Amino acid sequence: MIALLSRDLALAVRAGGGFGLGLAFFLIVTVLVPFGVGPDSAILSKIAPGILWVGALLACLLSLDRIFALDFEDGSLDLLATAPIPLEGVVAMKAAAHWLTTGLPLVLAAPVLGVLLNLAPAAMGWLVLSLALGTPALSVIGAFGAALTVGLKRGGLLLSLLVLPLYMPTLLFGAELVARGAAGLATMVPTLMLAGITLGACALLPFAAAAALRVNLR
Amino acid sequence: MELTVSDLSCARGGIAVLEGVGFTLHPGNALLLRGPNGIGKTTLLRTLAGLQPALAGRVSAPPEAIAYAAHADGLKATLSVAENLTFWARIFGTSGIDAALTAFNLCDLADRQAQNLSAGQKRRLGLARLLVTGRPIWMLDEPTVSLDAASVTLFGQAIRAHLDSGGMALIATHIDLGLDADKLDVTQFRALPQRLDAFDEAFA
Amino acid sequence: MASLWQYANPQKFLQTTGAVLPVLAVLTALTLVVGLVWGFFFTPDDYRQGATVKIIYLHVPSALMAINAWLMMLVASLVWLVRRHHVSALAARAAAPVGLTMTAIALLTGAIWGQPMWGTWWAWDPRLTSFLILGLFYLGYIALWSAIENPDAAADLTTVLCMVGSVFALLSRYAVNFWNQGLHQGASLSMDAEENVADVFYIPLLVCIAGFVLLFITLVLLRTRTEIRARRISALLARERMA
Repeated sequence: MIALLSRDLALAVRAGGGFGLGLAFFLIVTVLVPFGVGPDSAILSKIAPGILWVGALLACLLSLDRIFALDFEDGSLDLLATAPIPLEGVVAMKAAAHWLTTGLPLVLAAPVLGVLLNLAPAAMGWLVLSLALGTPALSVIGAFGAALTVGLKRGGLLLSLLVLPLYMPTLLFGAELVARGAAGLATMVPTLMLAGITLGACALLPFAAAAALRVNLR
Repeated sequence: MELTVSDLSCARGGIAVLEGVGFTLHPGNALLLRGPNGIGKTTLLRTLAGLQPALAGRVSAPPEAIAYAAHADGLKATLSVAENLTFWARIFGTSGIDAALTAFNLCDLADRQAQNLSAGQKRRLGLARLLVTGRPIWMLDEPTVSLDAASVTLFGQAIRAHLDSGGMALIATHIDLGLDADKLDVTQFRALPQRLDAFDEAFA
Repeated sequence: MASLWQYANPQKFLQTTGAVLPVLAVLTALTLVVGLVWGFFFTPDDYRQGATVKIIYLHVPSALMAINAWLMMLVASLVWLVRRHHVSALAARAAAPVGLTMTAIALLTGAIWGQPMWGTWWAWDPRLTSFLILGLFYLGYIALWSAIENPDAAADLTTVLCMVGSVFALLSRYAVNFWNQGLHQGASLSMDAEENVADVFYIPLLVCIAGFVLLFITLVLLRTRTEIRARRISALLARERMA
């Protein structure tokens, strides 16, 4: 299974595009917001947690349909399904590769963008923590959505429609965690909820996604 | 250790295409599937490989014994020939890709990216993957597409070596591979057009 | 012995529902007319809310059905998963647009009620937000059904989506509660609530709820029949292509 992970990482690095695209998108969305709402730093610092989280979420969404579609088209997915590793493991590794190439860069870049949006210095740590805890859930949920729509000709739009409602709790707790951190309030509940959602999604959704893949392969 | 198929029915898109398929494949033997396009050879192979459920019937094969090769080779364009093969070797838990490279005359191309291969070379790489799986039963769907005569000979040799070492092969093909193999015409198992699967029957 | 599962046969289902549906439709119409007329014209105005309170006779039943429709879809999907009865999968498919409509009615009547009461059409209140999210789940579910051509694959995939979606819908419900305390009053119909709706409003409301339940059953049965016929047509077309 490590072989699958390292292959996906190698592919992501060599194909160029996919790797930096999510990050660039995140940057652009964040930079565009002040043009929309005005340069008032009080307003910006108030909405920064939400903007950063919505931006990270959309950046994740951008590359979701590539998780399985490429392997489906070139036949690798058929071959992986007949290989000795379980399909659940394939899903988990694919989601992990997606997180390492999309989610992790977002986590690392977020503080810089937080400065751009005038996020309170006290909230920086919480921003990184919330994204680090939350983005794995975004990748796993996205892998589930990608597995549902992999056989469809124009699955991209449908994928967004299916996945966005599922992202709601993660987004809510993630942004809430940063907002509370910025205001100096108690952050225990959203932290635990965010971690709980991520752990639960990582534990259960690979099974649902593998079931969906089996249906789509037959 | 043998592959036994009895009274198997399989469907494509929810509609039964083959029924009553039965044969036995012993170690060291190959079976060539024949029949016109669209008769259901690919469906049969996918069902036997476990990619889709059978409507009825039994397939008894040793667990994790089947290596399946479809029309698509499952190659990654930005990986080199050696990297592609190494990946599959690691997935199947085997080691050493040199034998596979030699068998399909790919040694000189080992460091070339798969996107720079010709169609025939890609096909050879796809077939070389079978050797690194280490599995005894090969299921091949039109394996010789876009291969030149020399490559077909190479392929025939690889099959014979596989059979001589106690392997089995089930091949859907239209050309003569120079193998001493039984042939099975799938046309005889064609599902009657009136027969839909049982549930649709209830709807009609 | 006659089993419940015999109705899972499409033929038997069509026969039985064909006989039951006219009765059910009349019953639905009667209950709804009685409940709504009673509610609108023969109940006093609320001492605080005036006549606006009467929208409760549409709002509460539709909100209840919006949730229960999803539950029914979940149960029907699970039956499909375990017993592979096609009628069950088609019933789940048939219920989704009805549930979506109920959600839309609940949101609309809520907005119409909320404007005079809270001075706003919309607020990001937990209940309102949950219903909006529920509507999005319905949309995704319906879109997935219609995007997949193979009916069995569509039934399987929507079942998986329905199960995962149920978990996430519950999670969202909890999340929005945590997020915003909201304007909406608590459930006023629970039996032990201190501040309950007075009997004059309560009894016609129960009649309306019964009417909406009947309406839901009627519509789902009707739509399931349509889905079975659509499936039959595609089976016949497939047969023709094969011949």
